[in-house]
Amino acid sequence: MTAVTPPPEALRAPLVVEFPFTRSLGPVQSAFLTGLRERTVLGVRTEAGEVLVPPVEYDPATAAELRELVEVATTGTVTTWAWNPEPRPGQPLATPFAWVLVRLDGADTALLHALDAPGPEAVRTGLRVRIRWAAERAGAITDIACFEPHESAREHEPAPHDGRFDAPVTGIVAPARLDYTYSPGRAQTRYLHALGERRTVGERCPSCAKVYVPPRGACPTCGVATTDQVEVGPRGTVTTFCIVNIKAKNLDIEVPYVYAHIALDGAGLALHGRIGGIPYDQVRMGLRVEPVWSEDGRYPDHYRPTGEPDADYDTYKELL
Amino acid sequence: MPKEPVAVVGIGQTKHVAARRDVSIAGLVREAALRALADAELTWADIDAVVIGKAPDFFEGVMMPELYLADALGAVGKPMLRVHTAGSVGGSTALVAANLVAARVHRTVLTLAFEKQSESNAMWGLSLPVPFQQPLLAGAGGFFAPHVRAYMRRTGAPDTIGSLVAYKDRRNALKNPYAHLHEHDLTLEKVQASPMLWDPIRYSETCPSSDGACAMILTDRAGADRAPRPAAWVHGGAMRSEPTLFAGKDFVSPQAGQDCAADVYRQAGITDPRREIDAVEMYVPFSWYEPMWLENLGFAEEGEGWKLTEAGATELDGDLPVNPSGGVLSTNPIGASGMIRFAEAALQVRGDAGEHQVEGARRALGHAYGGGAQFFSMWLVGDTPPAG
Repeated sequence: MTAVTPPPEALRAPLVVEFPFTRSLGPVQSAFLTGLRERTVLGVRTEAGEVLVPPVEYDPATAAELRELVEVATTGTVTTWAWNPEPRPGQPLATPFAWVLVRLDGADTALLHALDAPGPEAVRTGLRVRIRWAAERAGAITDIACFEPHESAREHEPAPHDGRFDAPVTGIVAPARLDYTYSPGRAQTRYLHALGERRTVGERCPSCAKVYVPPRGACPTCGVATTDQVEVGPRGTVTTFCIVNIKAKNLDIEVPYVYAHIALDGAGLALHGRIGGIPYDQVRMGLRVEPVWSEDGRYPDHYRPTGEPDADYDTYKELL
Repeated sequence: MPKEPVAVVGIGQTKHVAARRDVSIAGLVREAALRALADAELTWADIDAVVIGKAPDFFEGVMMPELYLADALGAVGKPMLRVHTAGSVGGSTALVAANLVAARVHRTVLTLAFEKQSESNAMWGLSLPVPFQQPLLAGAGGFFAPHVRAYMRRTGAPDTIGSLVAYKDRRNALKNPYAHLHEHDLTLEKVQASPMLWDPIRYSETCPSSDGACAMILTDRAGADRAPRPAAWVHGGAMRSEPTLFAGKDFVSPQAGQDCAADVYRQAGITDPRREIDAVEMYVPFSWYEPMWLENLGFAEEGEGWKLTEAGATELDGDLPVNPSGGVLSTNPIGASGMIRFAEAALQVRGDAGEHQVEGARRALGHAYGGGAQFFSMWLVGDTPPAG
């Protein structure tokens, strides 16, 4: 046992979370986005007679279901703006532009979009603008490439529209991506450094004396910092397991295989690993195992039987 | 001052299905809310606050969906709260709403929970590729299957018990028009012959992935007096949490679950849950969790839960019907699943459960859990106001 010493520096790595979420649009958003594809901007009329663009399904004031669609103009007025000097990837324009709220003629609310302008001196509240349509349109807000300055008459009476188009868009894919920098913290960094030497080092809670593997820097039960590093294993006991018969996505493991909870000798709780070196249908609770390391793996590739007699149930039942 | 009695006077659900491509998320929650309002014969103006719950944001990728759902749920000018406790969220959402009424903060509260699983992938949302960490090597059921094996070892339960639960719940679902799975041709033999996915869990012993929403209207004694249909009364409600993983955690029978049930029974004056409770809607995402929770919730001694299942006590016509609605095994819009348990318990004591009504049900338990058996929420409802 050694006192906890801080490692040189906690590890850090990029964590990118991305997924192509799908959206069922419902009747109102379906009409709005399909309309954009057809260069038609639709709003919805509220119970009080206001025209909301973009439209919503339910009246923000009364909660009534809104279905009365109207067509508004493709020209409008900037109601407020902010200059974006350094566009990021995925934003509407690659060159510096203004984020604008535009009240289209005939609408009572403003739509958020981008304004292509040479510089902030060319933008002002009250500026008259029009839609610049994207060349390729698919039924998405990006069918409006951006807005551009354009003088035009302001008068426009919204016209009733039934919202019907051929081949309506009923769903969209909305890819989401989040970029994080992840740090596992000091305790896990210590653990990972030890794994690099093929040692498994947990940390002991000074209050309940349980050894946490992997360590988290604190005991979740007692709420106090773990104080001592303790090497556990390398041998351990299979406390319980399942036999996996279906291939999980992104896992290159031949089925069937055994996925087990393994309590390393001296650890206060089990960790998870694959069992190899024994036919899958001969794995059992209480089996004694040891890690098998691969050339470049951070973690043991799998665990294999040690050949020792099985552990008695009473020795690990508290770890289930 | 004693707490205000809390009554459930309106219940609404969507027909749960694999994918509701015809509606937006707003349209989905709206449908359940309107049905609850219609059941209570109330309008948006009668609602003082909205309490909403769903599973983690990653499941649909809408950060803080409550922001954009305020319109659909008539929340303008009213407090709107979101509750966030993983799979148990439907239950804890209802309890937060109930507590607002019990504390006389609000008189009538709309509470609602939903999930549109078709718009995302829950398994992806639960297994983000965190750097330096060992990936889960087993897929969705692989997290639960080892705990089922531990239960079998601890109790000596025969390996057929899980199939009995699955067959029962799927048959019960045939009597519930809102249930997702309606497997008319299912037999016990087919359950037992279904593929073993994560031994000891078979395909037919796992829950589906559903789109759906559930809503309830909770109100005070005066509101219940005006209600057109019988109310379900909240006799007890509790939540408990514990860490996801800690040394000494009992995954088969978590302490937080036992403590939560004990608190609910104490509030409701229940001393013998097996005899005093007429119907149970418990959160059983994999069939074996029925016998496990029967023990955890005090309906059976440790090691004896599977015997109730095997003896047929938990069948719809047994003396302790469990999941007469068909349960999570038949319907699983994750964020809503807990609230559906709570709502189905209320339907039972209101005598309004239709074909899956438990005859003469007067007290029913709704139960939810989530987050790797970390969060527990339960309520006990009765057909008369609580004493005192």
